[in-house]
Amino acid sequence: MDCNGYRQENHDQNLFPKPKVLVLEPPPVFIYHEEKLSQKFHFLKAWDSPLPLEQFLTTHAHSVQAILSHGSCPVTTNTIRLLPSLGLIVTTSAGLDQIDLQECRRRGVSVAYAGNLFSADVADIAVGLLIDALRKISAGNRYVTQGLWANNGDFSLGSKLGGRKVGIVGLGSIGLEVGKRLEPFGCNILYCSRNKKSSVSYPYYSNVCELAANCEVLMICCELNDQTRHVINKEVLLALGKKGLIINVGRGAIIDEQEMVRCLMQGEIAGAGLDVFENEPHVPSELISLDNVVLSPHRAVHTEETLMALVDLVIGNLEAFFSNKPLLSPVLLDE
Amino acid sequence: MESIGVLMTCPPPDAYLVEQLEKRFTLYKFHSIPDKAHFLNSNKASIRAVVGSASAGADAQLIHQLPNLEIVSSFSVGLDKIDLAKCKERGIRVTYTPDVLTDDVADLAIGLMLAVLRRLCQSDRYVRSGQWKKGDFKLTTKFTGKSVGIIGLGRIGLAIAKRAEAFRCPISYYTRTEKSDGVLINIGRGPHVDEPELVSALVEGRLGGAGLDVFQDEPIVPEELFGLENVVLLPHVGSGTMETRKEMADLVIGNLEAHFLNRPLLTPVL
Repeated sequence: MDCNGYRQENHDQNLFPKPKVLVLEPPPVFIYHEEKLSQKFHFLKAWDSPLPLEQFLTTHAHSVQAILSHGSCPVTTNTIRLLPSLGLIVTTSAGLDQIDLQECRRRGVSVAYAGNLFSADVADIAVGLLIDALRKISAGNRYVTQGLWANNGDFSLGSKLGGRKVGIVGLGSIGLEVGKRLEPFGCNILYCSRNKKSSVSYPYYSNVCELAANCEVLMICCELNDQTRHVINKEVLLALGKKGLIINVGRGAIIDEQEMVRCLMQGEIAGAGLDVFENEPHVPSELISLDNVVLSPHRAVHTEETLMALVDLVIGNLEAFFSNKPLLSPVLLDE
Repeated sequence: MESIGVLMTCPPPDAYLVEQLEKRFTLYKFHSIPDKAHFLNSNKASIRAVVGSASAGADAQLIHQLPNLEIVSSFSVGLDKIDLAKCKERGIRVTYTPDVLTDDVADLAIGLMLAVLRRLCQSDRYVRSGQWKKGDFKLTTKFTGKSVGIIGLGRIGLAIAKRAEAFRCPISYYTRTEKSDGVLINIGRGPHVDEPELVSALVEGRLGGAGLDVFQDEPIVPEELFGLENVVLLPHVGSGTMETRKEMADLVIGNLEAHFLNRPLLTPVL
């Protein structure tokens, strides 16, 4: 891999063309900030081409060294194999389940991601969904704007947040931010994670079912991988119990969605706040009619401020790669 | 104590409260009596207590019509519906429900801030109406790190500050700020805010957004606000959890019992 031909300081396109970056599908950051990104890089837009992907790659992108990807855009083994010069995948997501990391490891392809950039925004949404579900904010707002308060009298009561035992599933960057925010609300924080964290004093549970049995709220803050797929299953939901709430800001597939829907319909759990679903943008129709569920269209990170910071991070990572400098937010692939 | 007349001047706010009052006293529900003047004339002598709430309490006129009134026990922490000066003049005791609802109201204030800035209600509607299948919801505003100004630094104000600090929000206390991207949260009382002025500021885009749990003339809410996507409206649910309403009711009952048994009041104002 030879990057010596590129000099980022000189933007004279005649002498030093902009580095080429392959984009399979446009990430949100692209939709809002393409102009700023295009000042520095020349994007090969696979989705824009009439050619099927494989053909596009072999015809137009054969020598490409970098891919710009996002959370729900898969970068498969096949794609990586069709790009012999690939050295870097930059994803705008914090999640990595959409990238074949094993193939990257094998090929020596670096991966850069969003790191902890989103953690505050995701934690804010997690807490927001929890308060909304418990105190019926969206449902109460509907009650007023449909004219029911004036005609039908008092709205129904919600449930108190203070004093609740909240179980955080996955105490990474996001889980820690959620815990920090919930402490002054008087919540007792418990957690379950790959490893016990010696730096926190929250009680640790080694398995999710035991955690669920000991708390009244489950906050799903972990990543999706082979161990966490459908880890929230019937057993866990029943252990959580009839007064329990589940908040998911991780990935839809961490929860057995059909089972969760069944539990909600039958009152086996009290409610839910969901930003992610198994088959986005499709949401189980049963949830649409439930008042004890708050629904959000996978936008926990979509704030203007964070998207600006993300653009800068993407540019920074790409520039570092093309000038042989250390990436700003690399994924440690030898974990 | 069954012969003691208690006048509930507000619409019954809570079934448990009414049940507990009826067990101990002769409870009159003023709100549903058609001829109030006639009723008062016939029953005023037996009424020794008033139970009020955020919607109705005891004004000077009512106090004047109840010669044997000894105590006003409010199912609220707000005292704006009680003529305290008149009560003091007559030596009437007044109690309220502080502390038990502080957490719930503060929780709701933060919930409203998150709901307005992150458009929780609108995005919930976006999913339910099927619009997500056609495209992503738009960008919203980050909450972490935003400056929060608190008007009224009592128990509730301090509880809000404590929570907002965990979101790395710098806290300040000032009386008025006119910023076009500012968001107003009102979990106090409707009359704190000039409602017509607030409505036009929101409609004309002079204010960034609002989260309102209280209004000038509940349950009437200005309909111009219904369609605004940067506004969240709630039907006065600040203390509206099953747990807290029970604690409030227990305080009202506890105060009345203490008074009529000549014991120290639990949460007196006067």
